[in-house]
Amino acid sequence: MSLLGVAGGVLQAVVVVIGSPLLVGIMRQVRARLEGRAGAGIGQPWRDLRKLVRKEPVSPRGTSELFRITPLLLVATTGVVAVVTPFVTAASAIGPVADLFAVVALLAMGTATLALAGLDTGTAFGGMGASREMTILALVEPTLLVSIFALSVRVGSTNLAAIVTSTLRDPARVLSPASLLAAVALIVVTVAETGRLPVDNPATHLELTMVHEAMILEYAGPDLALIELAASMRLSVFLGLLASLFLPWGIATSLGPVALAVGVVVFAVKVGLLGTVLAVGEVFTAKVRLFRVPELLAGSFVLGLLAVGASFFLA
Amino acid sequence: MNLAQSGFGVALTIGALTAVLAVAVPVRLRAAVTGAGTALTGAAGAATGVAAVLGQSFTLALPGLLPLSGVSLVLDPLGGVFLAVTGGVAVAAGIYGIGYARHGGDARLVSAVLPLFVMAMLVVPVAASVGTLLVGWELMALTSLLLVLTEHRRREEVAEAGRWYAVMTHLGLVAVLIGLMIFAGHAGGDSFAALRAAARHMSPTVAGVVFVLVLAGFGSKAGILPLHAWLPRAHPEAPSHVSALMSAAMVNLGVYGIVRVGFDLFGGVAAGGTRWWWLLVLLLGAASAVYGILQAAMSTDLKRLLGYSTTENMGLVLVGVGAAGLFASSGNRALAGLALAAALLHVINHAGFKTLLFLAAGSVLHATGTRDLDALGGLRAGMPATTAAFGWGGLAASALPPGTAFVSEWLLVQALIHGLPTAGAATAIVLPVAVAAVALTAGLAVATFVKAFGVGFLARPRSDAAARASESSPAMLAGMGLAGVACAVLALVPTVVLSGVGRVAGVVAGSGGRAVTGVVTLQLTAIAGTLSPLLLTLALLAAMVVVLGVVRAVAARRARRVARLWDCGAGPLSARMEYTATSFAEPLQRVFDDVVAPETDVDVTHHEESRYLVAAVEYRRRVPDRIERRLYQPVLAAIGFWGQVGRRLAPGSVHRYLGYGFYAVIVLLIVLTVTR
Repeated sequence: MSLLGVAGGVLQAVVVVIGSPLLVGIMRQVRARLEGRAGAGIGQPWRDLRKLVRKEPVSPRGTSELFRITPLLLVATTGVVAVVTPFVTAASAIGPVADLFAVVALLAMGTATLALAGLDTGTAFGGMGASREMTILALVEPTLLVSIFALSVRVGSTNLAAIVTSTLRDPARVLSPASLLAAVALIVVTVAETGRLPVDNPATHLELTMVHEAMILEYAGPDLALIELAASMRLSVFLGLLASLFLPWGIATSLGPVALAVGVVVFAVKVGLLGTVLAVGEVFTAKVRLFRVPELLAGSFVLGLLAVGASFFLA
Repeated sequence: MNLAQSGFGVALTIGALTAVLAVAVPVRLRAAVTGAGTALTGAAGAATGVAAVLGQSFTLALPGLLPLSGVSLVLDPLGGVFLAVTGGVAVAAGIYGIGYARHGGDARLVSAVLPLFVMAMLVVPVAASVGTLLVGWELMALTSLLLVLTEHRRREEVAEAGRWYAVMTHLGLVAVLIGLMIFAGHAGGDSFAALRAAARHMSPTVAGVVFVLVLAGFGSKAGILPLHAWLPRAHPEAPSHVSALMSAAMVNLGVYGIVRVGFDLFGGVAAGGTRWWWLLVLLLGAASAVYGILQAAMSTDLKRLLGYSTTENMGLVLVGVGAAGLFASSGNRALAGLALAAALLHVINHAGFKTLLFLAAGSVLHATGTRDLDALGGLRAGMPATTAAFGWGGLAASALPPGTAFVSEWLLVQALIHGLPTAGAATAIVLPVAVAAVALTAGLAVATFVKAFGVGFLARPRSDAAARASESSPAMLAGMGLAGVACAVLALVPTVVLSGVGRVAGVVAGSGGRAVTGVVTLQLTAIAGTLSPLLLTLALLAAMVVVLGVVRAVAARRARRVARLWDCGAGPLSARMEYTATSFAEPLQRVFDDVVAPETDVDVTHHEESRYLVAAVEYRRRVPDRIERRLYQPVLAAIGFWGQVGRRLAPGSVHRYLGYGFYAVIVLLIVLTVTR
């Protein structure tokens, strides 16, 4: 546990919590402008959160404690990931937790809890969302782990800090076939895991299409605020992970105010740019049918396998 | 006489005494005596196992006890691991049985057999000769068969499950018997020491035949594809504490057999050159893991789901064992030690959470009378402790932090990843596929246990029985509590177990050193890798406290209001509108349509007056075990056919039978004349 890591951990938590709703705001604004609408401005998600927090807490009849703990757990899992993953500094706040598997499993745990909360309501919507989300999660997991495999083989470790440091030392690696293939696979995974088009539409409330929104239909007030915050944090964490794994430049490797400030700014810019690209892409894609999603994920899985093959045979 | 020896003696003595007492005491005391005796037997066995892992050992030879070969026992660290696991499971199952067996499971025979079953399982890992091993193995099979048949008067399916189990376990025994007999024939003696010495001079072909036969026999006990068919039948039909013993302790001994023969007896040969053995083990393991969890994800029977999950977990263990063998055969002993440590840790973890899950499922069955998830739901209101137990077990089983399986699967994946740079081309293709299989298994396990817990315990009751369910007796809760605490220790401070297991794996795989060190943080010795489940859990808890504090400070201070569920304005929702386990698994079933090949039947009855009006629609769906259908049905049909043909030979005429005897003797004489 180094001082650099701790500083990074604190900064990252603050940046991710404050910046995530803004990221969602930027993405919505980009989409709105490209679709010829004025848009609500990038501060709108924060205004929504403020409004929700002030409302009275409401629990649907017949739900259990699990339903009420889920929002907390969701923010907590994403928060821990935001603290331990090297986003701003190359060291991690809690080294033994900053393992790629641990991070992925933590995020999956948040998803599984949300699915349980969806089932706990006992409504058809909740069950439907939970069932679909779990199907997608089960199919995403192989791609995710195989891509991690490809990235960590050359480094000889699955520790995030080790991977980031090694990429900084040898930047040419990013352009190796293994790394490029893994990047494409991980982008597809990110789209699926954060519930963006074409896997899930974050702006829909139509039972035929919704996944994430169906699970959280019964949440209201401060609980909903936490869930919305967690969803946006999840998006920034996944984009940040992509940025740290494939574009780690600008990340702070020493403990100076300038280095840290540069780290924060560069992180924000990278995630903002990736978010913008994602939003632009979304304008031009339609949501695919739920049962076509496995084909998409199978494609990304093959890319992941090819990445492992490339890392072995082309190394 | 050291602790290990006296512990083992005490375990066998208590077990035998309990068996006698169970027959003698009156019926109202029987469940308590049997349960307590079984738990004490298990405790003594577990203590022996721990002592063995810590370095104690004993050798015992009783030449007069069995004709021809005699009984020969040697306790070594590898046997100690399995002894400790079996003992631990027996403690929880025994205590649980005090409360559970009181309700019809305490017939004289069944009560007496339970401690004998535990004793047989304690003998197998200590056996040091082929004769002793096979006797222990057969005793274990017979006693467990009797226990599976406990409720045969109450349900039809029990008899069928018993038949499947009896046939398959004995076919397995035959395979092991033939394999080890060939081995012993080459060795000129049946003690393990003689086998070890002979293995060096064995031809690769014979060694391969022996290994494949032994793998088939032990693999069938471990529920490995394609010999798993008995497992999802027998485990659900047995009483739940017996299911726990079978699923968490007995199947492990299949793994023990494979490790014992492959690494120990064939130590010189196998780990030297025979790579295809371990590739076979690894591929079988990966296929079992994926197929097992896929069937579990489709299953709506709670205990059948858990049974298939056993196939999955044993598959993961064999992935570890196979990887360890592969690394050892390519000379990478340190990595082999790590892979084997991961496999052994997964055996222990699986024993912990599977005990917990089966005991909780038993409580549900006991309280509601059904195992059908589609008829359960809402149990958290009536059975909060059982719900918590199942939830904790489900978290552990789905490889999410802070569960137990997360740690062992992390270790397993670490070993697989780091094996790649030193591997050959064939291994380089197999290892990523194995990682993908482990990952797919992990993902599907999450879906499976979210389904089992979410549909079975949360939401609203789907039947009257589920609505009326009440909490189980203190003894049952104590059994579950014990298993739950064990899971918590394994999940948060796995290093307690890993220091011992790592050393054992190092000895067995030939690396010598410990694979894992550290107390709070797991530190891999062979490769760079650290993980701290304890710190991870603490960080998660701290984050939750911080979030709660911030929400308390920021949010409106108003009392929580209870409101109606959103029902689209159509009036109150009924339990029939809920998602069921079947509907939950439907998307997955569609995605894996080609693998599971579900059968759907839709019958539409039209109205009399017009074809355009529908009077009734009937929908039936079954997800049959495809391997069973393709592999077993033809064999069974062929046996049935030849049985029918054979009947014609026996028309009931005594003259004819005498004639058969006469001609048989003539033919025998002719054969002898010709060959001599």
